[in-house]
Amino acid sequence: MLSIKNLQASVGDKPILKGINLDVKAGEVHALMGPNGSGKSTLSNVLAGRENATVTGGSVTYQGKDLLALAVEERAREGIFLAFQYPVEIPGVGNVYLLKAALNAQRKHRGLPELDAMDFLALVKDKMKLMEMNESMLYRAVNEGFSGGEKKRNEILQMVVLEPNLAILDETDSGLDIDALKVVSHGVNSLRSPDRAMILVTHYQRLLDYIKPDFVHVLSDGRIQRSGGPELALELEREGYAWVGDATNEGVVAP
Amino acid sequence: MNSIPDTLEGLISLEYRHGFETSIESDEIPKGLSEDTVRLISARKNEPEFLLEWRLEAYRRWLKMTPPTWASVHYPPIDYQDIIYYSAPKSQKDGPKSLDEVDPELLKTYEKLGIPLHERAILAGVAVDAVFDSVSVATTFKDKLAEVGIIFCSFSEAVQHHPELIKQYLGTVVPVQDNFYAALNSAVFSDGSFVYIPPGVRCPMELSTYFRINAKNTGQFERTLIIADRGASVSYLEGCTAPMRDENQLHAAVVELVALEDAKIKYSTVQNWYPGDKEGRGGIYNFVTKRGDCRGARSHISWTQVETGSAITWKYPSVILRGEDSVGEFYSVALTNHRQQADTGTKMIHVGRNTRSTIVSKGISAGFGQQAYRGLVRMARSATGARNHTQCDSLLLGDRCQAHTFPYIEVKNNTATVEHEASTSRIGEDQLFFCRQRGLSAEDAVSMIVNGFCKEVFKELPMEFAVEAQKLLGVSLEGSVG
Repeated sequence: MLSIKNLQASVGDKPILKGINLDVKAGEVHALMGPNGSGKSTLSNVLAGRENATVTGGSVTYQGKDLLALAVEERAREGIFLAFQYPVEIPGVGNVYLLKAALNAQRKHRGLPELDAMDFLALVKDKMKLMEMNESMLYRAVNEGFSGGEKKRNEILQMVVLEPNLAILDETDSGLDIDALKVVSHGVNSLRSPDRAMILVTHYQRLLDYIKPDFVHVLSDGRIQRSGGPELALELEREGYAWVGDATNEGVVAP
Repeated sequence: MNSIPDTLEGLISLEYRHGFETSIESDEIPKGLSEDTVRLISARKNEPEFLLEWRLEAYRRWLKMTPPTWASVHYPPIDYQDIIYYSAPKSQKDGPKSLDEVDPELLKTYEKLGIPLHERAILAGVAVDAVFDSVSVATTFKDKLAEVGIIFCSFSEAVQHHPELIKQYLGTVVPVQDNFYAALNSAVFSDGSFVYIPPGVRCPMELSTYFRINAKNTGQFERTLIIADRGASVSYLEGCTAPMRDENQLHAAVVELVALEDAKIKYSTVQNWYPGDKEGRGGIYNFVTKRGDCRGARSHISWTQVETGSAITWKYPSVILRGEDSVGEFYSVALTNHRQQADTGTKMIHVGRNTRSTIVSKGISAGFGQQAYRGLVRMARSATGARNHTQCDSLLLGDRCQAHTFPYIEVKNNTATVEHEASTSRIGEDQLFFCRQRGLSAEDAVSMIVNGFCKEVFKELPMEFAVEAQKLLGVSLEGSVG
């Protein structure tokens, strides 16, 4: 589904990604771990098409297409979803309005009929039960006045409504208490399917107790230093990141 | 994809969509302003003596006045001798008896603007009094309104048929010497709208006027007067556009509203005059005086404005709250893009007991846009128990625009309550990126974010115009988000 070859990218003049290689097949869940500043968020942003990082080399192929040539919204309509580390607030724009506009923009792109208000509401209310969200949140402005946990739930709600092919979750677990983490994980797990892939970007093993990855990769100094199965995450939890590379000495303390 | 810019930067650079000119023969008088010009205008319009005297009085006062300099807008001095003060489409001379007699070119212009007079008026139940340059072209639904005693016609017609009402109310809210531009308007105003709602009558439809400046070098000086008699109510909307031109055009209008006991007037403006090009060449100077007088107890005047056009806007729709328990409201969305400048706001003058006012102002600046909110809330000694709430929000798009807030608060009665809230925020690349990541185009995303910001004001607009205003904001934002 996704093939990243020797991907290099800079933010400003500073090289952040220094040759990433990663293959993600349909049905797989990959966890991407690494210390602060290792390039995890930059990689998420480059895949989603954010302009603040400049690709300086390499290629990314997604479902046979040159991903880097597509605009942000085209990638989204082709089924790439990014759950944000820091979800933004949009005052005055109802949550339900944004969700409907987004879903219909994507359905239109795929040649599906747009959903009318009634069908859409039925769908979204169903998904809200899954995320244990109060319906009143539909009519509040996007993320405005939401707690940190509510914002993250809202991201996952968007994900389960949009049903992406490739979901990238950028530190979705940060700032969540254990109950919220369970709900969010439940939402994510409900989307696991043989034709869908996920990339979980996280610092901590904790998330992986709830969402079992097929592969774990350790990113440090802009490269994937090690790859392995779920056991690699446990090893990291014990040893910290200090051993994976010398780019940083910020070890990770277990939560 | 290539045709739609997807960055804030790209979105700023789209062009004005109403820029076309209609070639119709005009009946103009020579450039320049003198007592003779004033007499000539009055004579062309076959006005009664009292009105000519009133104009001349205004002209003489104007001669002694100087343009205001306190607003934070910048422009070269205007040469008032280089302006044509009267321009009427020639086919107008004998006056159309019905829509069929209106010059088809004119009607086409309205079509382009999206206001096909017959169908739209009939379907939407909107009575449109269209002002093309200086003379009112066609007034629809006049007869239907007349059945309930409502007078809705061009100002010129009102002068001919209802001179007593003109004499009684003209200049009683905005006196001739009120300010430089109001005095100029009083001397040379060419046409405008007149509305009178008799006691106890609720106007059964929205009344609407579309203004459009067409001929070169013509200033447009409309004069609007709306009177809601005891217990009457009316909702009025004006929409404005102008074709693209290199040179600047002056637009100095005066609007007077009078609400008697228990009367209600809702006045909504969607202003989309040509704003000039990206470098700030051309565009309309919109120097307008709008004021309402809540003359009777429990009367209610509400201004709603969506200002997206003009090179310079200088406008402060105000309410004088004289009647006990009267209510004044001001809801505003103003957008400045490229080199546009706006100094706009309101004045709420509380005189009567227990008067209330609400101000909600939303300013959006993009590109090199300059914007100032300037608002006065005055609680007179007599305004026992009066209350005001002001909310003033600015949204900045990009990093080269500016927003300023100048609240003036004067309280002379210690039982009065005044509240002022202000905020400034930015549309960030992060909001835009978020929306696009969910599949929305950059255009739709920006328009959604800005419409969200303006929601409180849009909900005050009459339904069908709220939709238009949202679209207009979207269009202006294609050219406006920096």
